[in-house]
Amino acid sequence: MSDVGKTESISVSDFHAWPDSHGRFADFGGVYMPETLMPPLEELTRAYLELRGDPAFIAEFEHDLRHYVGRPSPIYHAERLSRKIGGAQILLKREDLNHTGAHKINNTIGQALVARRMGKRRIIAETGAGQHGVATATVCARFGLDCIVYMGAVDIERQKINVYRMKLLGAEVVPVTSGSKTLKDALNEAMRDWVTNVHDTFYIIGTVAGPHPYPMMVRDFNAVVGREARAQMLEQYGRLPDVLTACVGGGSNAIGLFHAFLNDREVAIVGAEAAGDGIDTGRHAASLAAGRKGVLHGNRTYVICDDHGQITETHSISAGLDYPGVGPEHAFLKDSGRARYEGVTDEEALAAFHELARTEGILAALESSHAVAQAMKLARGMAKDRLILCNLSGRGDKDVHTIAAREGIAL
Amino acid sequence: MSNRIDQRFASLRARGRKGLIPFVTAGDPLPQATAAVMHALVEAGADVIELGVPYSDPVADGPTIQHASERAIARGVGLEAILAEVRAFRSRDLDTPVVLMGYLNPIEIRGYARFAREAVAAGVDGVLVVDVPVEEADTLGPLVEAGLRQIFLVAPTTTDARLAAIRARARGFVYYVSFAGITGADRLDLPAVRARVEHIRAGGDVPVAVGFGVRDAASAVAVVEVADAVVIGSALVARLAGCDDAQAAMSAARGFLAPIRAALDAMHS
Repeated sequence: MSDVGKTESISVSDFHAWPDSHGRFADFGGVYMPETLMPPLEELTRAYLELRGDPAFIAEFEHDLRHYVGRPSPIYHAERLSRKIGGAQILLKREDLNHTGAHKINNTIGQALVARRMGKRRIIAETGAGQHGVATATVCARFGLDCIVYMGAVDIERQKINVYRMKLLGAEVVPVTSGSKTLKDALNEAMRDWVTNVHDTFYIIGTVAGPHPYPMMVRDFNAVVGREARAQMLEQYGRLPDVLTACVGGGSNAIGLFHAFLNDREVAIVGAEAAGDGIDTGRHAASLAAGRKGVLHGNRTYVICDDHGQITETHSISAGLDYPGVGPEHAFLKDSGRARYEGVTDEEALAAFHELARTEGILAALESSHAVAQAMKLARGMAKDRLILCNLSGRGDKDVHTIAAREGIAL
Repeated sequence: MSNRIDQRFASLRARGRKGLIPFVTAGDPLPQATAAVMHALVEAGADVIELGVPYSDPVADGPTIQHASERAIARGVGLEAILAEVRAFRSRDLDTPVVLMGYLNPIEIRGYARFAREAVAAGVDGVLVVDVPVEEADTLGPLVEAGLRQIFLVAPTTTDARLAAIRARARGFVYYVSFAGITGADRLDLPAVRARVEHIRAGGDVPVAVGFGVRDAASAVAVVEVADAVVIGSALVARLAGCDDAQAAMSAARGFLAPIRAALDAMHS
């Protein structure tokens, strides 16, 4: 057997054929939600399946990606960084140059357009680092929709600037004080809002998790990243990259880059998860590398939980990777052998952040710094004529305070 | 296969009585007092007991049950401890049906076949897994094969097509969620609930219990007029929350439930 993917009894011939009509990626995904939300999820699935084939909707989406987001984002050859490492060439897909500074806007524009077509004018969202919250608040301002963002009280403290940015954009930010007061609890609270206001509310989930159709829909809206990158590689280098890498929390930027390449079996795929203080310390957020199969927030995937099935607190220096689950399609890619997922520690991510800043003049988000660290590790063991395409999913301005505090510097 | 839930609803119907289903979070207020509280609830007139399995991420629950779950989890209460309490309850009560209510991940992690065996052996009669809709019902196949009743939720948003799919699988009873929202909220709209429950009952034989937003004798009587049973959760959990020993919890449970039982029985006199 070659590198053809296999999950238990299913061998995968076409990775673009998933999920199935029940929202399953073989063993993963599905719709594990309370009955009250099932009819609105059915309604959303119907509406989205119709819109994704509607040329007018696609044109509307592409128009905003071009004129509002600023796409296409370039592929940049990090030449000085590559030379310093002395191995493979590192290419960066510059999602940090998008409007609002990350890939998140690709998805929020798509979902806001779906909400508008469905006649829902009240938008809710959850956010961890605040990037998805800002991207949601941005498109709500752009389309004239009401916006309520749920955010863990701990994260509000960690990400004050993004909280203020959301308020400047007209959003209401609601602190969540239940559970661990972080991203997963913000998601729980957004679900509770949705179940209560289901008649007029659209929930813009920020990652490729949640119940069907979210993992598929969020992937589709971010898949522009990989489609662009694949064409740019052929145009600029006359070939596909040897390896793709991206950071994986929920996994939206990663699946966005990976998806267009899934059937190009000669392209290796490596996801970088947050190993925090190190996987063996237990203080990490590496669901795929160190979690187990379970059900969280509407889908079956890999989760971080204890022997009682209680979801446990995770740790990462990067709030955007600090999530105890992961999108079901990544679980599927892992089990099929099509992608592999490795842990990158806080220290490694910080070192990569500084290296990229000094050699290329780019401040990467701490999330994306995990991918840069992974690319640097991979490059060391590869020949100089090999190409690694790394998704630089967001810019690091939001993290300047975190980095300064970590290094004992008062700003 | 005979099941205590079916027997209890048959007996209620035969006697023309309405069912009273209290919900308590297992392990709250005290991990070892759960069986004692269950006995107290039966003495005060409970027909079925719903035992909440605490979970870290209860998306359908309001603050009262969230906090009870957090307290129980902090004391290490999991399925193993809960099944031990059910076994203890069964050693003195062979008749009152027990339904475990919670979320899927604790069962998934324990393993479906293993949990099914253990739950039946402990004396559990049914499971209501909030995040398993009819689309994913096969997930609980091993539990149903072991003789447990899979209790489904029906919501105000449930379409007729969904209701038909749920009815086709429903055994024991169905749980009608009286409003779109979370447990413990104050949003009961009685005329709407009555209309929906009549619609659900018109289509089949399976008994209908109504829960969410029922907090006292008056609201219990009002919703149960057209239903077979009423579920009371958050108000009872809140009452138990302050108790610091088993005696206090038992007496609070009796004090809460007895007047509601009396009010339901008075409907027929």
